[in-house]
Amino acid sequence: MSENVFKGKVWKFGDNIDTDIIIPARYLVTSDPDYLADHCMEGAFPEFRKAVSQGDILLGGENFGCGSSREHAPVSIKAAGISCVVASSFARIFFRNSINIGLPVFEVSGLWAETSQGDELEVDAVAGTVKNVTMSKEYPASTYPDFIREIIDAGGLIEWLKKDQSK
Amino acid sequence: MGMTITEKILAAHSGRDSVKPGDLILAECDLMLGHDVTAPPAIKEFRKIGVDKVRDPGRLVLVNDHFVPNKDIDSAEQAKVMREFACEQEVEKYFEVGRAGVCHALLPEKGMVVPGDLVIGADSHTCTYGALGAFSTGVGSTDLAAGWATGKVWLKIPETIAIEYKGSLGKWVYGKDLILQTITKIGVDGARYRSMEFLGETVSQLTIFDRFTMANMAIEAGGKNGIFEPDEAVKEYLAGRTDRDGVYLKSDPDCEYVEKVTIDVEGMGPIVACPSLPGNGKPVGELKGTRLDQVVVGSCTNGWLPDIRLAAEVIKGKKVHPKVRMIVLPATQEIFKQAMREGLFEIFVDAGAAVSTPTCGPCIGGHMGILAEGEVAISTTNRNFIGRMGHVGSQVYLSNPAVAAASAVAGEIIHPDELG
Repeated sequence: MSENVFKGKVWKFGDNIDTDIIIPARYLVTSDPDYLADHCMEGAFPEFRKAVSQGDILLGGENFGCGSSREHAPVSIKAAGISCVVASSFARIFFRNSINIGLPVFEVSGLWAETSQGDELEVDAVAGTVKNVTMSKEYPASTYPDFIREIIDAGGLIEWLKKDQSK
Repeated sequence: MGMTITEKILAAHSGRDSVKPGDLILAECDLMLGHDVTAPPAIKEFRKIGVDKVRDPGRLVLVNDHFVPNKDIDSAEQAKVMREFACEQEVEKYFEVGRAGVCHALLPEKGMVVPGDLVIGADSHTCTYGALGAFSTGVGSTDLAAGWATGKVWLKIPETIAIEYKGSLGKWVYGKDLILQTITKIGVDGARYRSMEFLGETVSQLTIFDRFTMANMAIEAGGKNGIFEPDEAVKEYLAGRTDRDGVYLKSDPDCEYVEKVTIDVEGMGPIVACPSLPGNGKPVGELKGTRLDQVVVGSCTNGWLPDIRLAAEVIKGKKVHPKVRMIVLPATQEIFKQAMREGLFEIFVDAGAAVSTPTCGPCIGGHMGILAEGEVAISTTNRNFIGRMGHVGSQVYLSNPAVAAASAVAGEIIHPDELG
Protein backbone atom coordinates (compact mmCIF):
# COMPACT_ATOMS: atom_id res chain seq x y z
CA MET A 1 0.00 0.00 0.00
CA SER A 2 1.11 3.51 -0.74
CA GLU A 3 1.47 6.24 1.84
CA ASN A 4 -1.37 8.69 2.05
CA VAL A 5 0.03 11.79 3.78
CA PHE A 6 3.23 13.56 2.80
CA LYS A 7 4.65 16.46 4.74
CA GLY A 8 7.87 18.19 3.75
CA LYS A 9 9.82 21.21 2.67
CA VAL A 10 9.25 22.51 -0.85
CA TRP A 11 11.85 22.60 -3.61
CA LYS A 12 10.34 24.95 -6.15
CA PHE A 13 11.05 24.86 -9.90
CA GLY A 14 9.46 26.68 -12.84
CA ASP A 15 7.43 25.79 -15.94
CA ASN A 16 8.46 23.21 -18.57
CA ILE A 17 11.03 21.42 -16.42
CA ASP A 18 12.13 18.86 -19.00
CA THR A 19 13.61 15.41 -18.55
CA ASP A 20 17.04 16.63 -19.67
CA ILE A 21 17.03 18.97 -16.67
CA ILE A 22 15.76 16.22 -14.35
CA ILE A 23 18.35 13.68 -15.54
CA PRO A 24 20.61 14.43 -18.55
CA ALA A 25 20.88 11.58 -21.09
CA ARG A 26 24.62 11.24 -20.57
CA TYR A 27 23.88 9.58 -17.22
CA LEU A 28 21.52 7.01 -18.72
CA VAL A 29 24.29 4.45 -19.07
CA THR A 30 22.85 2.81 -15.97
CA SER A 31 19.44 2.48 -14.34
CA ASP A 32 20.86 2.35 -10.80
CA PRO A 33 18.52 4.65 -8.78
CA ASP A 34 21.26 5.79 -6.40
CA TYR A 35 23.59 6.86 -9.23
CA LEU A 36 20.73 8.62 -11.04
CA ALA A 37 19.78 10.45 -7.81
CA ASP A 38 23.29 11.93 -7.63
CA HIS A 39 22.57 13.79 -10.88
CA CYS A 40 18.88 14.55 -10.32
CA MET A 41 17.84 18.11 -11.33
CA GLU A 42 21.47 18.79 -12.26
CA GLY A 43 20.44 20.97 -15.20
CA ALA A 44 18.75 23.44 -12.85
CA PHE A 45 20.40 22.87 -9.45
CA PRO A 46 23.60 20.77 -9.43
CA GLU A 47 23.63 20.31 -5.64
CA PHE A 48 20.02 19.10 -5.50
CA ARG A 49 20.57 15.69 -3.95
CA LYS A 50 22.85 17.01 -1.22
CA ALA A 51 20.38 19.76 -0.37
CA VAL A 52 17.28 17.54 -0.20
CA SER A 53 16.18 15.91 3.05
CA GLN A 54 14.27 12.64 2.97
CA GLY A 55 10.56 13.38 2.54
CA ASP A 56 10.90 16.81 0.92
CA ILE A 57 8.41 17.73 -1.79
CA LEU A 58 9.23 18.86 -5.32
CA LEU A 59 7.00 21.61 -6.72
CA GLY A 60 6.87 22.24 -10.46
CA GLY A 61 4.95 24.71 -12.60
CA GLU A 62 3.19 23.86 -15.86
CA ASN A 63 4.15 20.85 -18.02
CA PHE A 64 6.50 19.29 -15.47
CA GLY A 65 8.56 16.42 -16.93
CA CYS A 66 8.14 17.26 -20.60
CA GLY A 67 10.42 15.63 -23.15
CA SER A 68 11.83 12.16 -23.09
CA SER A 69 10.07 8.96 -21.99
CA ARG A 70 13.04 8.10 -19.74
CA GLU A 71 11.67 6.48 -16.61
CA HIS A 72 15.04 7.33 -15.10
CA ALA A 73 13.54 10.82 -14.44
CA PRO A 74 10.92 9.87 -11.83
CA VAL A 75 13.27 7.12 -10.57
CA SER A 76 16.02 9.71 -9.89
CA ILE A 77 13.57 12.04 -8.10
CA LYS A 78 12.28 9.23 -5.90
CA ALA A 79 15.79 7.98 -5.10
CA ALA A 80 16.91 11.52 -4.21
CA GLY A 81 14.50 11.34 -1.27
CA ILE A 82 11.58 13.32 -2.65
CA SER A 83 8.29 11.96 -1.26
CA CYS A 84 5.99 13.29 -3.95
CA VAL A 85 5.83 15.77 -6.83
CA VAL A 86 3.21 18.51 -6.93
CA ALA A 87 2.84 20.57 -10.12
CA SER A 88 0.39 22.85 -11.91
CA SER A 89 0.37 20.28 -14.71
CA PHE A 90 2.42 17.27 -15.85
CA ALA A 91 3.64 16.06 -19.23
CA ARG A 92 1.82 12.81 -19.88
CA ILE A 93 4.67 10.29 -20.16
CA PHE A 94 6.30 11.59 -16.96
CA PHE A 95 2.92 11.38 -15.25
CA ARG A 96 2.27 7.77 -16.21
CA ASN A 97 5.86 6.76 -15.48
CA SER A 98 5.52 8.22 -11.97
CA ILE A 99 2.29 6.31 -11.34
CA ASN A 100 3.84 3.15 -12.75
CA ILE A 101 6.96 3.28 -10.55
CA GLY A 102 5.10 4.43 -7.42
CA LEU A 103 6.19 8.08 -7.19
CA PRO A 104 3.09 9.99 -6.04
CA VAL A 105 2.22 12.96 -8.27
CA PHE A 106 -0.45 15.60 -7.65
CA GLU A 107 -1.81 18.18 -10.04
CA VAL A 108 -2.86 21.35 -8.23
CA SER A 109 -3.80 24.72 -9.66
CA GLY A 110 -3.15 28.00 -7.90
CA LEU A 111 -0.59 26.62 -5.45
CA TRP A 112 2.58 27.31 -7.44
CA ALA A 113 2.25 31.10 -7.57
CA GLU A 114 1.46 31.34 -3.87
CA THR A 115 4.19 29.01 -2.63
CA SER A 116 7.82 29.97 -1.98
CA GLN A 117 10.97 27.88 -1.95
CA GLY A 118 11.30 26.34 1.52
CA ASP A 119 7.61 26.52 2.49
CA GLU A 120 6.17 23.45 4.17
CA LEU A 121 3.52 21.48 2.29
CA GLU A 122 1.17 18.77 3.50
CA VAL A 123 -0.36 16.50 0.87
CA ASP A 124 -3.30 14.29 1.79
CA ALA A 125 -3.77 11.76 -0.99
CA VAL A 126 -7.02 10.39 0.43
CA ALA A 127 -8.68 13.75 1.05
CA GLY A 128 -7.24 15.03 -2.25
CA THR A 129 -5.84 18.21 -0.73
CA VAL A 130 -2.51 20.02 -0.68
CA LYS A 131 -1.94 22.45 2.16
CA ASN A 132 0.72 25.13 2.27
CA VAL A 133 1.35 24.89 6.02
CA THR A 134 3.59 27.98 6.03
CA MET A 135 0.88 30.09 4.40
CA SER A 136 -2.02 28.24 6.08
CA LYS A 137 -3.83 27.77 2.80
CA GLU A 138 -5.38 24.62 1.36
CA TYR A 139 -5.86 23.69 -2.31
CA PRO A 140 -7.78 20.81 -3.93
CA ALA A 141 -5.68 18.32 -5.91
CA SER A 142 -7.09 16.76 -9.07
CA THR A 143 -8.49 13.29 -8.45
CA TYR A 144 -7.49 10.06 -10.19
CA PRO A 145 -9.83 7.71 -12.07
CA ASP A 146 -10.46 4.46 -10.11
CA PHE A 147 -8.24 2.44 -12.42
CA ILE A 148 -5.24 4.72 -11.80
CA ARG A 149 -6.02 4.70 -8.07
CA GLU A 150 -5.79 0.88 -8.16
CA ILE A 151 -2.30 1.06 -9.66
CA ILE A 152 -1.21 3.64 -7.08
CA ASP A 153 -2.65 1.63 -4.20
CA ALA A 154 -0.91 -1.50 -5.44
CA GLY A 155 2.41 0.37 -5.37
CA GLY A 156 2.94 0.61 -9.13
CA LEU A 157 2.10 -1.11 -12.38
CA ILE A 158 4.17 -4.25 -11.83
CA GLU A 159 2.64 -4.90 -8.39
CA TRP A 160 -0.83 -4.22 -9.83
CA LEU A 161 -0.16 -6.65 -12.65
CA LYS A 162 1.01 -9.35 -10.23
CA LYS A 163 -2.14 -8.84 -8.20
CA ASP A 164 -4.29 -8.95 -11.32
CA GLN A 165 -2.74 -12.22 -12.46
CA SER A 166 -3.44 -13.84 -9.12
CA LYS A 167 -7.14 -13.02 -9.39
CA MET B 1 -21.12 10.96 -32.71
CA GLY B 2 -18.41 10.00 -35.20
CA MET B 3 -14.86 9.09 -34.29
CA THR B 4 -11.41 10.39 -35.20
CA ILE B 5 -8.76 8.12 -36.75
CA THR B 6 -7.11 7.83 -33.34
CA GLU B 7 -10.38 6.89 -31.62
CA LYS B 8 -11.11 4.26 -34.30
CA ILE B 9 -7.71 2.61 -33.87
CA LEU B 10 -8.00 2.61 -30.08
CA ALA B 11 -11.54 1.18 -30.21
CA ALA B 12 -10.48 -1.57 -32.60
CA HIS B 13 -7.58 -2.55 -30.34
CA SER B 14 -9.69 -2.74 -27.19
CA GLY B 15 -12.55 -4.80 -28.61
CA ARG B 16 -15.04 -1.93 -28.54
CA ASP B 17 -17.37 -0.52 -31.17
CA SER B 18 -16.64 3.00 -30.04
CA VAL B 19 -14.66 5.03 -27.53
CA LYS B 20 -14.83 8.63 -26.39
CA PRO B 21 -12.27 10.99 -24.83
CA GLY B 22 -11.66 10.18 -21.17
CA ASP B 23 -12.42 6.45 -21.49
CA LEU B 24 -9.73 4.21 -20.01
CA ILE B 25 -8.93 1.13 -22.07
CA LEU B 26 -6.60 -1.83 -22.05
CA ALA B 27 -5.43 -1.97 -25.65
CA GLU B 28 -3.72 -4.75 -27.54
CA CYS B 29 -0.37 -3.64 -29.00
CA ASP B 30 0.76 -4.63 -32.49
CA LEU B 31 4.36 -3.66 -31.79
CA MET B 32 6.36 -2.75 -28.67
CA LEU B 33 9.67 -0.94 -29.07
CA GLY B 34 12.60 -0.63 -26.72
CA HIS B 35 16.19 0.53 -27.20
CA ASP B 36 19.54 0.29 -25.46
CA VAL B 37 18.64 2.97 -22.87
CA THR B 38 15.03 2.03 -22.07
CA ALA B 39 15.01 -1.75 -22.57
CA PRO B 40 17.45 -2.60 -19.73
CA PRO B 41 15.22 -1.05 -17.01
CA ALA B 42 12.21 -2.71 -18.70
CA ILE B 43 13.98 -6.07 -18.49
CA LYS B 44 14.61 -5.46 -14.77
CA GLU B 45 10.87 -4.77 -14.24
CA PHE B 46 9.84 -7.70 -16.46
CA ARG B 47 11.77 -10.08 -14.19
CA LYS B 48 9.63 -8.97 -11.23
CA ILE B 49 6.32 -9.89 -12.88
CA GLY B 50 6.80 -13.60 -12.43
CA VAL B 51 6.47 -14.82 -16.00
CA ASP B 52 9.36 -16.43 -17.84
CA LYS B 53 8.43 -15.62 -21.40
CA VAL B 54 7.11 -12.56 -23.16
CA ARG B 55 3.60 -13.13 -24.48
CA ASP B 56 4.50 -12.82 -28.16
CA PRO B 57 8.14 -12.29 -29.16
CA GLY B 58 6.99 -11.38 -32.69
CA ARG B 59 5.61 -8.12 -31.38
CA LEU B 60 8.83 -7.00 -29.70
CA VAL B 61 11.34 -4.74 -31.42
CA LEU B 62 14.70 -4.02 -29.78
CA VAL B 63 17.07 -1.53 -31.40
CA ASN B 64 20.59 -0.52 -30.50
CA ASP B 65 20.62 3.15 -31.39
CA HIS B 66 21.24 5.52 -28.48
CA PHE B 67 24.76 5.00 -27.18
CA VAL B 68 25.99 2.99 -30.16
CA PRO B 69 28.52 2.10 -31.28
CA ASN B 70 28.92 1.82 -27.51
CA LYS B 71 30.63 4.86 -26.10
CA ASP B 72 31.98 3.34 -22.89
CA ILE B 73 31.91 0.24 -20.73
CA ASP B 74 28.64 1.12 -19.00
CA SER B 75 26.78 1.60 -22.28
CA ALA B 76 28.29 -1.64 -23.59
CA GLU B 77 26.98 -3.43 -20.50
CA GLN B 78 23.48 -2.05 -21.15
CA ALA B 79 23.58 -3.16 -24.78
CA LYS B 80 24.71 -6.59 -23.60
CA VAL B 81 21.71 -6.88 -21.25
CA MET B 82 19.35 -6.15 -24.16
CA ARG B 83 21.22 -8.47 -26.54
CA GLU B 84 21.05 -11.39 -24.10
CA PHE B 85 17.35 -10.75 -23.42
CA ALA B 86 16.61 -10.73 -27.16
CA CYS B 87 18.38 -14.06 -27.50
CA GLU B 88 16.69 -15.59 -24.45
CA GLN B 89 13.21 -14.47 -25.55
CA GLU B 90 13.81 -15.31 -29.22
CA VAL B 91 13.12 -11.78 -30.41
CA GLU B 92 13.65 -11.78 -34.16
CA LYS B 93 13.23 -8.02 -34.54
CA TYR B 94 16.47 -7.31 -32.69
CA PHE B 95 18.73 -4.86 -34.50
CA GLU B 96 22.47 -4.74 -33.98
CA VAL B 97 25.03 -2.09 -34.90
CA GLY B 98 25.68 -2.34 -38.64
CA ARG B 99 22.18 -3.69 -39.30
CA ALA B 100 20.21 -0.99 -37.56
CA GLY B 101 19.76 2.75 -37.33
CA VAL B 102 17.77 5.25 -35.32
CA CYS B 103 14.67 3.26 -34.33
CA HIS B 104 11.99 5.64 -35.60
CA ALA B 105 13.47 5.63 -39.09
CA LEU B 106 14.25 1.91 -38.96
CA LEU B 107 10.76 0.60 -38.12
CA PRO B 108 9.03 2.31 -41.07
CA GLU B 109 11.91 1.46 -43.40
CA LYS B 110 11.61 -2.25 -42.54
CA GLY B 111 7.84 -2.13 -43.11
CA MET B 112 7.10 -2.99 -39.49
CA VAL B 113 4.29 -0.42 -39.09
CA VAL B 114 1.19 -0.17 -41.32
CA PRO B 115 -1.88 2.09 -41.17
CA GLY B 116 -4.27 1.21 -38.35
CA ASP B 117 -1.56 -0.33 -36.12
CA LEU B 118 -1.17 0.43 -32.43
CA VAL B 119 2.47 0.81 -31.42
CA ILE B 120 3.97 1.65 -28.05
CA GLY B 121 7.61 2.44 -27.56
CA ALA B 122 9.78 3.28 -24.60
CA ASP B 123 10.93 6.39 -26.40
CA SER B 124 8.99 9.62 -26.58
CA HIS B 125 9.43 9.99 -30.35
CA THR B 126 7.48 6.78 -30.98
CA CYS B 127 4.74 9.14 -32.19
CA THR B 128 6.63 9.24 -35.55
CA TYR B 129 4.54 6.40 -37.05
CA GLY B 130 1.45 8.60 -37.09
CA ALA B 131 2.76 9.64 -40.50
CA LEU B 132 1.63 6.21 -41.69
CA GLY B 133 -1.83 6.51 -40.15
CA ALA B 134 -0.93 4.34 -37.15
CA PHE B 135 -1.54 5.19 -33.49
CA SER B 136 1.85 5.25 -31.81
CA THR B 137 2.88 6.73 -28.53
CA GLY B 138 5.77 6.91 -26.11
CA VAL B 139 5.61 5.10 -22.78
CA GLY B 140 8.08 4.29 -20.01
CA SER B 141 10.10 1.17 -19.35
CA THR B 142 7.61 -0.25 -16.83
CA ASP B 143 4.78 0.11 -19.36
CA LEU B 144 6.96 -1.69 -21.87
CA ALA B 145 7.68 -4.53 -19.43
CA ALA B 146 3.96 -4.92 -18.72
CA GLY B 147 3.30 -4.90 -22.47
CA TRP B 148 5.83 -7.67 -23.01
CA ALA B 149 4.08 -9.82 -20.40
CA THR B 150 0.47 -9.13 -21.39
CA GLY B 151 0.57 -7.72 -24.93
CA LYS B 152 -1.46 -4.79 -23.64
CA VAL B 153 -1.12 -1.18 -22.49
CA TRP B 154 -3.50 1.01 -20.47
CA LEU B 155 -4.45 4.21 -22.25
CA LYS B 156 -6.80 7.10 -21.68
CA ILE B 157 -8.62 8.07 -24.88
CA PRO B 158 -7.25 11.52 -25.70
CA GLU B 159 -9.21 14.48 -26.97
CA THR B 160 -8.12 15.40 -30.48
CA ILE B 161 -6.82 18.78 -31.62
CA ALA B 162 -7.04 19.38 -35.38
CA ILE B 163 -4.10 21.22 -36.93
CA GLU B 164 -5.15 22.42 -40.35
CA TYR B 165 -2.55 23.62 -42.85
CA LYS B 166 -3.54 25.80 -45.78
CA GLY B 167 -1.61 27.38 -48.61
CA SER B 168 1.34 26.25 -50.73
CA LEU B 169 4.79 25.42 -49.46
CA GLY B 170 7.44 27.95 -50.43
CA LYS B 171 11.05 27.29 -51.35
CA TRP B 172 13.20 25.95 -48.49
CA VAL B 173 10.08 25.16 -46.45
CA TYR B 174 9.54 21.60 -45.27
CA GLY B 175 7.70 19.52 -42.69
CA LYS B 176 10.22 20.70 -40.08
CA ASP B 177 9.24 24.33 -40.58
CA LEU B 178 5.54 23.50 -40.36
CA ILE B 179 5.88 21.61 -37.12
CA LEU B 180 8.17 24.23 -35.53
CA GLN B 181 5.64 26.89 -36.50
CA THR B 182 2.84 24.74 -35.05
CA ILE B 183 4.60 24.20 -31.71
CA THR B 184 5.44 27.90 -31.57
CA LYS B 185 1.78 28.75 -32.13
CA ILE B 186 0.19 26.30 -29.66
CA GLY B 187 3.06 26.06 -27.16
CA VAL B 188 5.15 23.18 -25.83
CA ASP B 189 2.13 21.99 -23.86
CA GLY B 190 -0.49 23.07 -26.39
CA ALA B 191 -1.40 19.46 -27.17
CA ARG B 192 -0.67 18.01 -23.73
CA TYR B 193 -2.62 14.75 -23.23
CA ARG B 194 -4.16 15.28 -26.65
CA SER B 195 -4.00 13.61 -30.01
CA MET B 196 -2.82 15.91 -32.82
CA GLU B 197 -4.44 15.28 -36.20
CA PHE B 198 -2.65 17.00 -39.08
CA LEU B 199 -4.97 17.87 -41.96
CA GLY B 200 -5.81 20.47 -44.58
CA GLU B 201 -5.04 21.22 -48.22
CA THR B 202 -1.28 21.54 -47.68
CA VAL B 203 -0.93 17.95 -46.43
CA SER B 204 -1.16 16.46 -49.93
CA GLN B 205 1.97 18.48 -50.86
CA LEU B 206 3.92 16.94 -47.99
CA THR B 207 6.12 13.95 -48.72
CA ILE B 208 5.94 10.97 -46.40
CA PHE B 209 9.28 12.15 -44.98
CA ASP B 210 7.89 15.62 -44.18
CA ARG B 211 5.07 13.84 -42.38
CA PHE B 212 7.49 11.64 -40.41
CA THR B 213 9.26 14.83 -39.26
CA MET B 214 5.98 16.41 -38.17
CA ALA B 215 4.49 13.38 -36.40
CA ASN B 216 7.88 12.85 -34.73
CA MET B 217 7.66 16.24 -33.04
CA ALA B 218 4.04 15.95 -31.84
CA ILE B 219 5.52 15.15 -28.42
CA GLU B 220 7.27 18.54 -28.42
CA ALA B 221 3.81 20.10 -28.15
CA GLY B 222 2.95 17.57 -25.43
CA GLY B 223 0.87 15.43 -27.80
CA LYS B 224 0.05 11.80 -27.05
CA ASN B 225 0.26 11.07 -30.75
CA GLY B 226 0.35 12.95 -34.05
CA ILE B 227 -1.49 11.41 -36.95
CA PHE B 228 -2.16 11.93 -40.65
CA GLU B 229 -4.94 10.33 -42.68
CA PRO B 230 -3.10 7.61 -44.62
CA ASP B 231 -3.19 8.11 -48.40
CA GLU B 232 -1.44 7.12 -51.64
CA ALA B 233 1.87 8.51 -50.35
CA VAL B 234 1.73 5.95 -47.54
CA LYS B 235 0.85 3.13 -49.96
CA GLU B 236 3.76 4.07 -52.18
CA TYR B 237 6.19 4.24 -49.26
CA LEU B 238 5.12 0.83 -47.92
CA ALA B 239 5.15 -0.89 -51.32
CA GLY B 240 7.83 -3.57 -51.28
CA ARG B 241 8.45 -3.08 -47.54
CA THR B 242 5.64 -5.28 -46.16
CA ASP B 243 3.00 -7.79 -47.19
CA ARG B 244 0.51 -6.45 -44.65
CA ASP B 245 -2.28 -4.31 -46.12
CA GLY B 246 -3.05 -2.11 -43.13
CA VAL B 247 -6.34 -0.37 -42.41
CA TYR B 248 -6.67 3.02 -44.09
CA LEU B 249 -8.92 5.02 -41.76
CA LYS B 250 -10.47 8.47 -42.03
CA SER B 251 -11.92 10.63 -39.30
CA ASP B 252 -15.72 10.79 -39.53
CA PRO B 253 -17.18 14.11 -40.72
CA ASP B 254 -19.07 14.40 -37.42
CA CYS B 255 -16.14 13.50 -35.17
CA GLU B 256 -15.32 15.85 -32.35
CA TYR B 257 -12.21 18.01 -32.29
CA VAL B 258 -11.66 19.76 -28.97
CA GLU B 259 -9.86 22.56 -30.77
CA LYS B 260 -9.04 23.54 -34.34
CA VAL B 261 -5.88 25.46 -35.17
CA THR B 262 -5.19 26.80 -38.64
CA ILE B 263 -1.67 27.39 -39.89
CA ASP B 264 -1.38 29.40 -43.10
CA VAL B 265 1.87 28.41 -44.81
CA GLU B 266 1.46 30.77 -47.76
CA GLY B 267 4.51 33.02 -47.92
CA MET B 268 6.11 31.31 -44.92
CA GLY B 269 9.89 30.91 -44.88
CA PRO B 270 12.11 28.57 -42.87
CA ILE B 271 11.57 28.59 -39.10
CA VAL B 272 14.33 28.15 -36.51
CA ALA B 273 13.54 27.25 -32.87
CA CYS B 274 15.74 29.20 -30.45
CA PRO B 275 17.08 27.87 -27.14
CA SER B 276 15.78 26.28 -25.02
CA LEU B 277 12.35 25.10 -26.18
CA PRO B 278 11.12 23.74 -29.53
CA GLY B 279 8.29 26.28 -29.27
CA ASN B 280 10.65 29.27 -29.53
CA GLY B 281 10.36 29.46 -33.32
CA LYS B 282 11.37 32.53 -35.30
CA PRO B 283 11.75 33.24 -39.02
CA VAL B 284 15.36 32.40 -39.92
CA GLY B 285 16.03 36.01 -41.03
CA GLU B 286 15.59 37.28 -37.48
CA LEU B 287 18.50 35.16 -36.30
CA LYS B 288 21.04 36.26 -38.88
CA GLY B 289 24.43 36.71 -37.27
CA THR B 290 24.00 34.03 -34.62
CA ARG B 291 27.52 32.58 -34.35
CA LEU B 292 27.85 28.78 -34.54
CA ASP B 293 30.35 26.18 -33.36
CA GLN B 294 28.61 23.02 -34.55
CA VAL B 295 26.05 21.87 -37.10
CA VAL B 296 24.28 18.51 -36.87
CA VAL B 297 22.25 16.97 -39.70
CA GLY B 298 20.53 13.72 -38.76
CA SER B 299 18.25 12.05 -36.17
CA CYS B 300 14.80 10.46 -36.24
CA THR B 301 13.46 13.90 -37.12
CA ASN B 302 15.61 14.80 -40.13
CA GLY B 303 18.04 11.98 -40.86
CA TRP B 304 15.95 10.60 -43.75
CA LEU B 305 17.41 10.26 -47.25
CA PRO B 306 15.76 13.44 -48.63
CA ASP B 307 17.22 15.35 -45.64
CA ILE B 308 20.75 14.11 -46.39
CA ARG B 309 20.26 14.91 -50.08
CA LEU B 310 19.02 18.40 -49.25
CA ALA B 311 21.99 19.20 -47.02
CA ALA B 312 24.34 17.88 -49.73
CA GLU B 313 22.64 19.97 -52.41
CA VAL B 314 23.10 23.13 -50.34
CA ILE B 315 26.72 22.49 -49.40
CA LYS B 316 27.94 21.04 -52.72
CA GLY B 317 31.12 22.76 -53.88
CA LYS B 318 31.33 24.90 -50.74
CA LYS B 319 33.30 24.61 -47.52
CA VAL B 320 32.21 24.32 -43.92
CA HIS B 321 33.25 27.54 -42.13
CA PRO B 322 36.72 27.16 -40.55
CA LYS B 323 35.34 27.74 -37.06
CA VAL B 324 32.49 25.24 -37.42
CA ARG B 325 32.29 21.44 -37.08
CA MET B 326 29.59 19.83 -39.23
CA ILE B 327 28.41 16.29 -38.48
CA VAL B 328 26.11 14.37 -40.80
CA LEU B 329 24.36 11.22 -39.53
CA PRO B 330 22.14 9.29 -41.95
CA ALA B 331 19.43 7.72 -39.78
CA THR B 332 19.76 4.09 -40.91
CA GLN B 333 22.15 1.72 -42.66
CA GLU B 334 19.89 1.72 -45.74
CA ILE B 335 19.90 5.52 -45.91
CA PHE B 336 23.66 5.47 -45.31
CA LYS B 337 24.20 3.08 -48.22
CA GLN B 338 21.98 5.00 -50.62
CA ALA B 339 23.63 8.31 -49.68
CA MET B 340 26.99 6.68 -50.32
CA ARG B 341 25.84 5.38 -53.72
CA GLU B 342 24.64 8.82 -54.71
CA GLY B 343 28.02 10.35 -53.91
CA LEU B 344 26.65 12.50 -51.11
CA PHE B 345 29.43 11.55 -48.71
CA GLU B 346 32.04 12.82 -51.15
CA ILE B 347 30.24 16.16 -51.19
CA PHE B 348 30.24 16.36 -47.38
CA VAL B 349 33.83 15.20 -46.99
CA ASP B 350 35.04 17.62 -49.67
CA ALA B 351 33.21 20.38 -47.80
CA GLY B 352 35.03 19.45 -44.59
CA ALA B 353 32.12 17.77 -42.79
CA ALA B 354 32.27 14.55 -40.77
CA VAL B 355 29.97 11.69 -41.79
CA SER B 356 28.96 9.34 -38.98
CA THR B 357 27.46 5.91 -38.70
CA PRO B 358 23.78 6.04 -37.62
CA THR B 359 23.33 6.88 -33.91
CA CYS B 360 21.21 9.04 -31.62
CA GLY B 361 24.51 10.19 -30.01
CA PRO B 362 24.70 13.99 -30.46
CA CYS B 363 20.93 14.58 -30.41
CA ILE B 364 20.72 13.41 -26.79
CA GLY B 365 24.10 14.74 -25.71
CA GLY B 366 25.35 11.17 -25.49
CA HIS B 367 28.42 11.08 -27.72
CA MET B 368 29.65 11.78 -31.27
CA GLY B 369 29.32 15.57 -31.08
CA ILE B 370 28.96 17.03 -27.58
CA LEU B 371 29.02 20.77 -26.95
CA ALA B 372 31.38 22.50 -24.51
CA GLU B 373 30.37 25.38 -22.24
CA GLY B 374 29.31 28.42 -24.22
CA GLU B 375 29.16 26.61 -27.55
CA VAL B 376 26.28 27.06 -29.96
CA ALA B 377 24.87 24.55 -32.45
CA ILE B 378 22.20 24.47 -35.10
CA SER B 379 20.73 21.01 -35.48
CA THR B 380 18.03 19.22 -37.48
CA THR B 381 17.09 17.24 -34.36
CA ASN B 382 13.97 17.67 -32.21
CA ARG B 383 14.96 19.15 -28.85
CA ASN B 384 16.91 22.20 -27.75
CA PHE B 385 16.42 21.93 -24.00
CA ILE B 386 19.09 23.30 -21.65
CA GLY B 387 22.08 20.96 -21.83
CA ARG B 388 20.44 18.70 -24.40
CA MET B 389 23.57 18.41 -26.58
CA GLY B 390 26.15 18.78 -23.84
CA HIS B 391 27.15 21.39 -21.27
CA VAL B 392 24.27 23.21 -19.52
CA GLY B 393 25.90 26.41 -20.75
CA SER B 394 25.67 25.38 -24.42
CA GLN B 395 22.84 26.27 -26.77
CA VAL B 396 20.96 24.50 -29.56
CA TYR B 397 18.89 26.00 -32.39
CA LEU B 398 16.59 23.67 -34.36
CA SER B 399 16.07 23.94 -38.12
CA ASN B 400 15.50 22.09 -41.36
CA PRO B 401 18.51 20.51 -43.16
CA ALA B 402 18.83 23.31 -45.76
CA VAL B 403 19.15 26.03 -43.13
CA ALA B 404 21.57 23.87 -41.13
CA ALA B 405 23.83 23.20 -44.14
CA ALA B 406 23.81 26.84 -45.30
CA SER B 407 24.61 27.98 -41.77
CA ALA B 408 27.53 25.52 -41.59
CA VAL B 409 29.10 27.31 -44.55
CA ALA B 410 28.39 30.81 -43.25
CA GLY B 411 29.49 30.04 -39.67
CA GLU B 412 26.33 31.74 -38.51
CA ILE B 413 22.60 31.19 -38.93
CA ILE B 414 21.51 32.28 -42.41
CA HIS B 415 18.75 31.72 -44.94
CA PRO B 416 19.81 29.24 -47.67
CA ASP B 417 19.01 31.89 -50.30
CA GLU B 418 21.76 34.09 -48.91
CA LEU B 419 24.47 31.52 -49.45
CA GLY B 420 24.99 32.61 -53.06
